[in-house]
Amino acid sequence: MIEIRNINKTFGDRQVVKNVSFTFLPGKTNLIIGESGCGKSTILKMMVGLHEVDSGEVLYNGQNFPALNMDGKQEVRKKIGMLFQGGALFDSQTLEENVRFPLDMFTSMSKEEKLERVNFCLERVQLVGRNKLYPAELSGGMKKRAALARAIANNPSYLFCDEPNSGLDPKTSIVIDDLIQDITREYNITTIIVTHDMNSVIEIGDNIMFVYKGENWWTGDKSQILKTTNKELFDFVFASEFMKQVLGPKQA
Amino acid sequence: MNLFFHIGRYFMLLYRVFKKPQNLRVYIRQIIFEIDNIGITSLPIVAIISIFMGGIITIQAAYAVDSPLVPLYAVGFTARESMILEFSSTILCLILAGKVGSNIASEIGAMRISEQIDALEIMGINSASYLIFPKIAGAMIIFPFLVVLSMFLGLVGGYIMGVSSGACTSYEYIFGIQAFFMPWKVGYSIGKSVTFAFLITSVSSYYGYYTSGGALEVGKSSTNAVVYSSILILLFSLIYTNLFIGH
Repeated sequence: MIEIRNINKTFGDRQVVKNVSFTFLPGKTNLIIGESGCGKSTILKMMVGLHEVDSGEVLYNGQNFPALNMDGKQEVRKKIGMLFQGGALFDSQTLEENVRFPLDMFTSMSKEEKLERVNFCLERVQLVGRNKLYPAELSGGMKKRAALARAIANNPSYLFCDEPNSGLDPKTSIVIDDLIQDITREYNITTIIVTHDMNSVIEIGDNIMFVYKGENWWTGDKSQILKTTNKELFDFVFASEFMKQVLGPKQA
Repeated sequence: MNLFFHIGRYFMLLYRVFKKPQNLRVYIRQIIFEIDNIGITSLPIVAIISIFMGGIITIQAAYAVDSPLVPLYAVGFTARESMILEFSSTILCLILAGKVGSNIASEIGAMRISEQIDALEIMGINSASYLIFPKIAGAMIIFPFLVVLSMFLGLVGGYIMGVSSGACTSYEYIFGIQAFFMPWKVGYSIGKSVTFAFLITSVSSYYGYYTSGGALEVGKSSTNAVVYSSILILLFSLIYTNLFIGH
């Protein structure tokens, strides 16, 4: 479980995250949603330590992450897998080397055991037989799946996904969403997803925080979000004509 | 203030770079890779430049030593001293700062802007150490070999040009390159190259590591890496010269 308590972040004279608190549950897909620039990616980056927290706490099973020293943070991070928006695969390594990388660094597995694990992860994301391809040879969706395979290679307890569906077609988006949800439930991972894709919200939103102008504006799940009376959330969810027609208040 | 900021951040980065490696076997593999990437791939440029520079120095020395009072073996002697003391260490490293430095800064800079360094950090890896230490170690190991090779090829180039142009005879040139030879000068030159290897790789890595923005900034980092590595090479060459040769 991860809990954030009253976290704040200011860039220059602009406060982008204001006193945000939320609990991210294990075995659930926890979503941080909101408009572009509302601070949701900043919250995610603060949670993993890519941005310093100005004030507040980020508790990994009760352990305050920002207060740890560099070595302590590295220990916590060994339990984290992260899927970056662009995949962030290592260009100079093949798909197999990318997925094997965390195993090379942190495990004492034999070569055969590592290969077995790599193949298992690649199979999980439907990339079997692509071991020797380089990231430049993969499509956008394949890169995302490969990055997901790398993120889960070392059996993480926490999985962070930054806009996992950005730039993907609806069909591939659903594949990625389903994969994340399956993995989350299967291994009881605490998964945190930053997204503004409404399909994802409705498909996999077990536990949702809506961020508006840097604040935690609303919390709930996918069944509650369609019945919301919160004006800002309503405007966000039903921004498109398609959503209004299909799932708008009269239809929902 | 900006200068002090960069100096402070550079040393803080070095502190992270020289922390205990998280997996020695992976680091050794990376060092071997960097020896090949930085050193072996530089062999052609080192060879071409050294042969040509040796030839040029020899011809210029022959032109300058146009007096019956100066023995012709001075041509070989001058070529050897120039190659060993300055060219094969300082000038060669300035050229390598362009090739290796820009390569390192752009490689690490591109990794930074494409979030690959963030990915390393999230995995719990000391990204500074994993990316930069093998480059520094690899360069410090391979540069002395490049310098010695450059000395040899420079003298060969001098021989070919000196003899074929009639500037001196084969006997005079070979006598000249052996005359008054002091072996410590080779050690001095190797010492300089090790220092320059450290400067080129660490400064270039620093600029790459702290790149932010996009492709334009990667280009700027690459340029800064070459410019500041070159300035530092000249500064430290001056310090070395004053310490070991100056009176």
